[in-house]
Amino acid sequence: MALKTETMVLNMGPQHPSTHGVLRLELELEGEVIVNVKPHIGYLHRCFEKHAEVMTYPQVIPYTDRMDYLASMSNNFGYVVAVEKLLGIQVPDRVQYIRVIMAELQRIASHLVALGTNGLDIGAFTPFLYLFRDREHILSLFEMTCGARLLYNYMWVGGLSHDIHPDFVRLTKEFVNYFRPTITELNNLLTFNKIFIERTANIGILPLDTAINFGATGPVLRGSGLAFDLRREDPYSIYDRFNFEIPTGKGLVGTIGDCWDRYYVRVLEMEQSLRIIEQAIDPIPEGDVQSAIPKRVKPPKGTVYSRTENPRGELGYFIISDGNVNPFRIKVRGPSFVNLELMGELCKGHLVADVIAILGSIDIVLGEVDR
Amino acid sequence: MYQFLFNITGNEIIAGLITACIPLVFILIFVLFAVWFERKVSAHMQDRLGPMRVGWHGVLQTVADFVKMLQKEDIIATEADRKLFSIAPVLVFAGSFAAYAAIPFSSKLLGSEVEVGIFYVIAISSLVVAGILMAGWSSNNKYSLLGAMRSAAQIVSYEIPTALVVLSMVMLTGTLSLDKMSQMQTAHFWDWNIFGGPTFGFAKFLLIPFMFVGFLIVYISTLAEVNRTPFDIPEAESELVAGYFTEYVGMKWAMFMLSEYANMFSVSAIITILFFGGYQSPVGYLGNTLGAPALIPFEQGIWFIAKGIFFVFVQMWLRWTLPRLRVDQLMTVCWKYLIPYAFINLIIIGIITLL
Repeated sequence: MALKTETMVLNMGPQHPSTHGVLRLELELEGEVIVNVKPHIGYLHRCFEKHAEVMTYPQVIPYTDRMDYLASMSNNFGYVVAVEKLLGIQVPDRVQYIRVIMAELQRIASHLVALGTNGLDIGAFTPFLYLFRDREHILSLFEMTCGARLLYNYMWVGGLSHDIHPDFVRLTKEFVNYFRPTITELNNLLTFNKIFIERTANIGILPLDTAINFGATGPVLRGSGLAFDLRREDPYSIYDRFNFEIPTGKGLVGTIGDCWDRYYVRVLEMEQSLRIIEQAIDPIPEGDVQSAIPKRVKPPKGTVYSRTENPRGELGYFIISDGNVNPFRIKVRGPSFVNLELMGELCKGHLVADVIAILGSIDIVLGEVDR
Repeated sequence: MYQFLFNITGNEIIAGLITACIPLVFILIFVLFAVWFERKVSAHMQDRLGPMRVGWHGVLQTVADFVKMLQKEDIIATEADRKLFSIAPVLVFAGSFAAYAAIPFSSKLLGSEVEVGIFYVIAISSLVVAGILMAGWSSNNKYSLLGAMRSAAQIVSYEIPTALVVLSMVMLTGTLSLDKMSQMQTAHFWDWNIFGGPTFGFAKFLLIPFMFVGFLIVYISTLAEVNRTPFDIPEAESELVAGYFTEYVGMKWAMFMLSEYANMFSVSAIITILFFGGYQSPVGYLGNTLGAPALIPFEQGIWFIAKGIFFVFVQMWLRWTLPRLRVDQLMTVCWKYLIPYAFINLIIIGIITLL
């Protein structure tokens, strides 16, 4: 006669070292095998969307900083692109070039954290600190430009808060030259480490059709093999002027769409971002970065949906204007929020140790999931 | 050592207590050093400085930490099994401390001259598993329980390859006594067991590759036995918070750490004795050159501790370089690779010894 067995429920989080903030995962375990995963969110909810309704359009920008706090520049970028579309204003080329450079630097910085914490969750402590050392260079560039290291409030509707520092171009070029070899270092230390591959290859395989059905975007979708990048598919700002490739998961060491592919897509994207920066840094035209800033942001009645490629995927802003100085409604389509829904699908049948590898490879930021 | 003290004091209990205190004092000093050393090693590997404030380059950091630990409130969770919860850390430490009884630090300084030294060390260090299971179970915490279960499975599995390699070394040396093993590997490095042992001849050269294989197997499995990365699965901080000692605070927690670092040194010491000449100097003794034989035991002690610390350093080096394996992969490494290779190694060394 078989003994009666029960599944065990294990609460992972909200205080747990590798849930990347205050995520709570309710794991249903059969021994150490996952039967079901339920993510519980909302511990960091700050009513961003409701707040935005009582702010004027420019006042919303600092709030967007605080959504995805690892990619504040990209959040600013998405928001100002949306508002500019609503206003129908043209932004000077100088502003456009600087915005692209900042967004790509931010993409690298954000991926560095993603890769580092993914390794950290798997037990590789040292690469994490090496990557933070490199991220520090980018943060210094940002600090030099706008005085802030994490929450920039840098991109304004129609312009920028500050012009770039006279040394910025030189230092950015130096950074690009410095950073290329460190990607190789990362590959030697972590990416192609046998144990790291054992832990991530063939784990949390995301088939392409599932990824599309769940609305996954960014490196998660590209890791499953589809070259979908909004910078190419729906070019905003001046992304149509640059040459770059869209890396996708190839299943180099396992199956297409596994954790390792999602990880490696981010590594390759950093190289592509470097390419974009190299192309954009030289032709920055002269001019005033604040000339196109409207005195009063008061868009006409109407709606706009604008989407940009955040380091984590498609960041969409849906704005309804009733012709007033503050938006009637802002709805954010956050990439982390959408990608997090995949957890239940990816974890089934894996072990507890794989949950954190999968969560790390999805790369969520709770500030943006909960908003 | 015991006999010597017994002759001086004429009292069994006093002699026994003093003999037991020497390794205890060594462990405490070693742990103070090793915790600081580990933090420094990791820091320099990671482009940081590590502790710098307390003392020269932070050497007193561990002392400060220890004082902090003493002041902490001793919290026992309401749902925990109070008795087992309190006994567990003591038992874990007792297991790792008891192993020191048979370890010869030099030809004069060893706790007990038991003939079955290596057998005793392997047996007594299994006591740790019971303590870990008690800690995991009595905490009444799911993370602790998972950690304890993993740990028990891991330590029990990895004792097999260790024991097989030890067995082959016992066949080679013909003794179970750790002191005799050390004595046999006389004072030149080419007489160490890793280079085929003290006998010179054809067999010595045949043995060398198998000795290296044996060394690697035993080093990997002892890494797993002391729960160090890449096998630190029981306490995997990013999965199980802190594994079986999640619920512990203050001095009880410190006991677990003490035991971990004591274990790190004791397994390094065993490896040193089995393969690297124990307390023997690789290049001869200053005492012999100066004509002062009384110096020799002290030199031996220094060599022994230096060799032990070197292997502890390699353990730290690996910890801060490698990611962590998953629990099933850990078992695969043990049962599918280490044990078969250890068996083959055992048979081949047996045949060579017979020749």
